Amino acid sequence: MSAVASTTLTLFRSAKQSAHVRRGVACILGLLVLAVMTGPSGSNTAPVAGFTGSLFHSRVFIFLGIGVGLWALITVWNLWGEAIRRTNDSLLTLPRRLLPDRRVRLVIYAALLAVAIILPLHVNAFWQDVLVDQIGIYVLLAIGLNVVVGYAGLLDLGYIAFYAIGAYSTAFWTGALPVHPPMVLNAFWAIPFAIGTAMLSGVLIGAPTLRLRGDYLAIVTLGFGEIIQIVATNLQGVTGGSQGVSAIPHPDVNLPGIHYSWLIDPLPYYYLLLVFVVAALIAYSFLEHSRVGRAWTAIREDEVAAQSSGINVLKYKIMAFAIGASTSGFAGMLEASKISFIEPGDFTVQLSILILVLVIFGGMGSLLGAVVGAAFLQWFPWYLKEHPMFGFQDQDLYIYLGAILVLTMIFRPEGLIPSRRRKREFGLAEHGLGTADAMSGTTDPVP
Amino acid sequence: MTTVPDAAPTTVANDVIVAIKDLSLSFGGVRALVDVTLNQARGELLSVIGPNGAGKTCLFNCLTGVYHPQQGSITFYGQHGKATEIVGRKPHLVNRLGIARTFQTSRLFNGLTAFENVKIGVESRQHTGPVGAMLKLPRTRREEREGDARSEELLEFVGLRARGNELASALPYGDRRRLEIARALGTNPHLLLLDEPAAGTNPAEKSELGTLIRRVKNELGVTVLLIEHDMGLVMSLAERIIVLNFGRVIATGTPAEVQHDPAVIEAYLGAPTDDDSYVPIEPDPDGGD
Repeated sequence: MSAVASTTLTLFRSAKQSAHVRRGVACILGLLVLAVMTGPSGSNTAPVAGFTGSLFHSRVFIFLGIGVGLWALITVWNLWGEAIRRTNDSLLTLPRRLLPDRRVRLVIYAALLAVAIILPLHVNAFWQDVLVDQIGIYVLLAIGLNVVVGYAGLLDLGYIAFYAIGAYSTAFWTGALPVHPPMVLNAFWAIPFAIGTAMLSGVLIGAPTLRLRGDYLAIVTLGFGEIIQIVATNLQGVTGGSQGVSAIPHPDVNLPGIHYSWLIDPLPYYYLLLVFVVAALIAYSFLEHSRVGRAWTAIREDEVAAQSSGINVLKYKIMAFAIGASTSGFAGMLEASKISFIEPGDFTVQLSILILVLVIFGGMGSLLGAVVGAAFLQWFPWYLKEHPMFGFQDQDLYIYLGAILVLTMIFRPEGLIPSRRRKREFGLAEHGLGTADAMSGTTDPVP
Repeated sequence: MTTVPDAAPTTVANDVIVAIKDLSLSFGGVRALVDVTLNQARGELLSVIGPNGAGKTCLFNCLTGVYHPQQGSITFYGQHGKATEIVGRKPHLVNRLGIARTFQTSRLFNGLTAFENVKIGVESRQHTGPVGAMLKLPRTRREEREGDARSEELLEFVGLRARGNELASALPYGDRRRLEIARALGTNPHLLLLDEPAAGTNPAEKSELGTLIRRVKNELGVTVLLIEHDMGLVMSLAERIIVLNFGRVIATGTPAEVQHDPAVIEAYLGAPTDDDSYVPIEPDPDGGD
């Protein structure tokens, strides 16, 4: 054992000359650890089964393969980045786009959209469900939180509360709650109410709390998330309490001549979700490059200077909060009407943190990053779980998410696909200019 | 332009742009400003000087709504000479009235380009909201074009047109100061407060800056209130000077008057003592900073 350790150490020392070798060793060791973690559990009779069953088993080759593949991917990625950096003095001007040609980008987006349209037709019902419940909804949530965290730089730890509000207001308007609405609506007509209620609660909670900076805001939003969940649990007469609400009607169309019910088939929900995701992506990317988006950037970089340039800081923060909340509210509506059952346990603080992880992993302030990050991180555990080779266990999910987050923070703090503005800010922060983030709350109030 | 008397009567002449009356600000036991009273005429280039810690920047922070003085009033006569009280207003509302400022240590948006920095200032006067921006409505497109044109114009005015696409953080010091002026001018101010614009610049940049400040006043018709330590610049630019020391106005007058005021010399160089062995230091010929 000590021989292994000393060899590893020597390898590491000699590898100091070459980052590539060092990275390769780290990849392979990491994947070996992952092999042990996902392997069989030990027991009293076979205490080292976890090691023998993983390291001295054909599985180990698969993990070694993934490790080498990962290393190759990182190396290619870095060389590509190097090539871009060489043509471009990154601190003096805007970082170049990965794909500078607008037409090429449009073609790629169209291809991605085509894949998103065709994909669910070619997978079985189980994966269709995963595509809606686990991937689609979370992509939408990540896009919404990206506006709050990425654009406006506000750390919101209670984001799931708006999701809950969207879900419960859908349940209310469709008549599934113990309290009855003035008139029972079709789930479709509940969409504007769900979005509106979530947005309104975003404004109401934002107006008093968004005056706070950094950490204080995080604590308050954390508390807000807890309050919503506890209210949903304890206000039995209104929300159905911890039993949850069941029999929330599915959306249906009841026009003269057209009768159509959505029931439990995930496909219609998927396409409705897709329409909203694409609409949100287009709208938010316009927003980012507009007066509003620039005002958010200004606030993130220097609140005092932003105020002195005539920007109403509080108004823009509330705006970001409300836009994020309404996106979350729609996701809640969709989830409630698809599953047709909600309970307070669906809206825990872990979920808020999970969505934040998705955004940070994808790259704060980057829409493509939010989509890709959320889709990958939500798909990957299910893949590991379903694939017979890995035998992944549900309760381990947060171990992996934690590990991925730690690794992202160390090796790629700007995220998988960072926005160009954010990338610049990180570059500047490394050179001691700026804090990279209003979230750090170090902006002194006195000029 | 020394015609406007300080301690003005309550009916202020039409050509006054800002009237500060009995302004006092303290932080706990520290009295940063004590009964400061001053008027600035529209179009006048007024300079505030004083040793370090005299309360000059505090005065600016009161004028822009960052600090809330405990006592006194600041009346701003903006568009059409309409009187508005500044004390108690939020900074962005003060800016909206037509008071723009630069900072002692420049506070640009470092991660944005020079052009974007100016555009943020320009855009604070536009009306596009989130819905318009998300849908790219015709008005949004129009405002976007207007904002681009105006930002280009302002960059041209301060002589940074060629550097519009560079990051603010990558600009040399003198350019950063001029960019900050351009950003402030983007908000269409009536009154521009410049907090030590020449700090840290070299002589060539300093003289360019002097020219720029004069052009701001003459070509754009913006009234300028200037804090500056560089006496050469102050003496050549200012039409009237106000000297602060320990939060009080100790002298006011033309550059020539102020230069020979014994109270000013004492504030900068210390009082002569009764001790005969004490040899007072001669003031520097160009002002003594």
